[in-house]
Amino acid sequence: MRFTINGSKREADPDIRASLLDLLREEFRLTGTKKGCDHGQCGACTVLVNGRRINACLTLAVMHQEDDIVTIEGLGSADNLHPMQAAFVRHDGYQCGYCTPGQICSAVGMLDEVAKGWPSHVSDDLSSPVLDEAEISERMSGNLCRCSAYPTIVDAIREVHDA
Amino acid sequence: MSDLAMDAPYRPAALDRAEQGLLGKPIDRYEGPLKVSGAAPYAYEQAPEGTAYMAVVTAAIGRGRVTGIDAAAAEAIPGVLTVIHGDPRMPAGEGNSRAMPAMGSDEVFHYGQGIALVVAETQEVAREAARRVTVHYDEQPGRFDATAVEVQQDHKLGFLPPVNRGDLEAALAQAEVVLDRTYTTPIHFPAALEPHATLAWWEGDQLLVRTSNQVIGGAKGTIATALGIDKSRVRVQAPYVGGGFGGKTGVGQEAIFAAIAAEAVGRPVKVALTRRQTAYMVHHRSPTTQRLRIGCDREGRISAIAHESVAYQNDDSAFLEPVPFGTLPLYAGEARRFRTDLARIDLPATGAVRAPGEAIGTFAVECAMDELAEQLGLDPIELRRRNEPTRDPTTGKRFSTRRLLDCYDEGARRFGWDKRETTPGSRREGEWLIGMGMAAALRGNFTVQAEAEVILGADGRATVKTDMTDIGTGTYTILAQTAGEMLGLPISAIDVVIGDTDLPPSAGSGGSFGAGSACAAAALACEDILTELGLRMNAATDDLRLKDGQVTAGARTTPLADLVRGSPIAAKGKTTPGKESQATSQASHGAQFAEVAVNAVTGEVRVRRMLGVFDIGRVLNEKTARNQIVGGMVWGLAYALTEDAVVDPRNGRFVNPDFGEYHVAVNADVPQIEAYFIEEIDDSANPVGAKGVGELGIAGSGAAVVNAIHNATGVRIYDMPVTLDKLLSSLPPV
Ligand code: FES
Ligand code: FES
Repeated sequence: MRFTINGSKREADPDIRASLLDLLREEFRLTGTKKGCDHGQCGACTVLVNGRRINACLTLAVMHQEDDIVTIEGLGSADNLHPMQAAFVRHDGYQCGYCTPGQICSAVGMLDEVAKGWPSHVSDDLSSPVLDEAEISERMSGNLCRCSAYPTIVDAIREVHDA
Repeated sequence: MSDLAMDAPYRPAALDRAEQGLLGKPIDRYEGPLKVSGAAPYAYEQAPEGTAYMAVVTAAIGRGRVTGIDAAAAEAIPGVLTVIHGDPRMPAGEGNSRAMPAMGSDEVFHYGQGIALVVAETQEVAREAARRVTVHYDEQPGRFDATAVEVQQDHKLGFLPPVNRGDLEAALAQAEVVLDRTYTTPIHFPAALEPHATLAWWEGDQLLVRTSNQVIGGAKGTIATALGIDKSRVRVQAPYVGGGFGGKTGVGQEAIFAAIAAEAVGRPVKVALTRRQTAYMVHHRSPTTQRLRIGCDREGRISAIAHESVAYQNDDSAFLEPVPFGTLPLYAGEARRFRTDLARIDLPATGAVRAPGEAIGTFAVECAMDELAEQLGLDPIELRRRNEPTRDPTTGKRFSTRRLLDCYDEGARRFGWDKRETTPGSRREGEWLIGMGMAAALRGNFTVQAEAEVILGADGRATVKTDMTDIGTGTYTILAQTAGEMLGLPISAIDVVIGDTDLPPSAGSGGSFGAGSACAAAALACEDILTELGLRMNAATDDLRLKDGQVTAGARTTPLADLVRGSPIAAKGKTTPGKESQATSQASHGAQFAEVAVNAVTGEVRVRRMLGVFDIGRVLNEKTARNQIVGGMVWGLAYALTEDAVVDPRNGRFVNPDFGEYHVAVNADVPQIEAYFIEEIDDSANPVGAKGVGELGIAGSGAAVVNAIHNATGVRIYDMPVTLDKLLSSLPPV
């Protein structure tokens, strides 16, 4: 099978039972994407597939022929951080760091959804939602942070959005 | 080696003279760029080529014996390397430096106990094969209903012996006002986001274990004991740990299993528990029943206080939740009784989960104080003020530092406590009832032995080495800040190497003692380096001034690197508890405030604001300390409203062993939270004067939420968490 991962063409022959998450972590050794539950309950495995955020544990690798997949490693590296990564460092939007790649990929995908005008459960205006704290919290609630750095996660995302 | 027992208050003079201005500053995490870019390796990651995968077969009964295991179908699957069971070194549960589980036993102590392991070429094959292993059992009746078993008063479990001071019953009989309430708290899972995971391999007779663990020094000994080998043959690493919360203080079954499997297949083996397995193979916090009795006069002066509880444990484990730990030194009162009775059950082990004792004990004592204040017609803060002791009321020891009253005052001012309606249920916005609540926070402080090495290299950079872990607690960063402050170096000139038992032994991360102990050891090592620098500079150590890599003595200024002159200066520091630790009562303190909105129609509770003011001794890094405190406050919020693990009393299975049904707080549950510090360096605690942070935030924060619910609605709930169903029938008419 062929995939585009972080801009590079990659090939693999995944087990039909393998999730996209396990393909990324075990086959391509992109271990920045984390496994917290393997059941779509925590968001630690969030990646961008064709521009949209999804839980990589909830989708089989074999469903992604030719798909364009961006993981945390594709957003930026330790010495060349993506603005969202830099904002998480600045605002201390993490503690143990295990949910963090998922939070950051999710935040990047989420800002794109807002830019497209997609409303959420808490949007007052369904046609052009305004990204306030409540909107960020609502839209980021698929990403658990057991360390509970939620307030600083919101601060980081808000800064990137407002910039 | 600079070896300091805390026999008297101590603070390195160099810390007071320091000019670098690093310690305490809200600087970004040292390892931050690695974490946000996905490059920080956790236990399961960056495994060597050729690593095999392990899956664990777990017991499908709640109590009994394994009578046979049929692995033929599993072994026949292509890619399966081996199926292992019946090895005498296989533990029945989690072990630690104080207690080991049954070994090589066929006994099933609880549902979900690991009993066999499958090693395979891929994760998919290992998982499938584990399901094809057939286990035969002799199933026996189990004690799964914690409320239906006999309670033992006479037991030796736990570290808190019962306290009986004065004649409690007589004092209660004489008191003008008596409050007697019983509270219950449920099972809590630590639920670190990174599941327990281990990568193990052998190099000759040396075992290497990379594992998700908070206390690797202890883990090394436990692993060696379980395997029956000498400690010197085991090396444990945990450079990054995806959260611990107490759940990773011991050594889980899976770590020993991985070592056995790696030996069997002659290759590295790795395993990560499934989320549901973590509910069974990792300890949880015991549910409790807590009876709280307070007797006082009409002015609220307490003469009698009793906190008596029941907590649970299985037959194979030795821990007992120290429920009243935070109540012991909290309020005055001559007659005092504190005890925790034991009930034996056939469930997974209970153990230390973030702030054992205070996290749930404060629900009882702090909700009771709120109710007592209401009965007396006193402000809840005033009642606490009237019972603020001047010495530890249980032990009679002097307090090292205690700024609790200041925390109340500053918290009340910042929160706007004066705007609280004293009559419950009297503030309403549309269909929402609004209320405010507060509670005291207290977490006992421990001084624990720790060592660190600091090396000032020829290039003028310093390296700090210790086997501490960073479980999200900021260890990397505060160690760098401590060394930078002592040696006058910017953070960019410090390297921190931790998470490896080949490094000097620390206390590990647990009980909120890690930061103070490790940084103290590093500071002591730096003191030795300063002495050597003084000699090389031909000046008294006290006359040295260090900043940005330059050393000044009088009119002479020299780059540090020149002083090192090609021969690095290495020094070790060690701190241990001593007479001062024994003579003083030490704790971190705080005041917690919450504002909630309760939907008058549905009973839904939304926490609108939380604010806390805390006394944690020296603040080592304002940014990471605040984040940790806030995280604890969020835990309190979730303990008050949602976290509740439920056991099926028919078979000892958890009804909700995953994030889908066990509800930790999500982003939308959490408002913006304010946390402030009142900093008083505690020289009795340790040489850097820092007290515990990680667990303090959870103490009392849930009680503040529950008290706010009462203020909003007039309803008191004694059974945590306060879910809609418990609240709904008692809400005032709409
Ligand atoms: S690992 Fe995919 S949602 Fe938890
Ligand atoms: S930083 Fe630990 S789970 Fe989010």
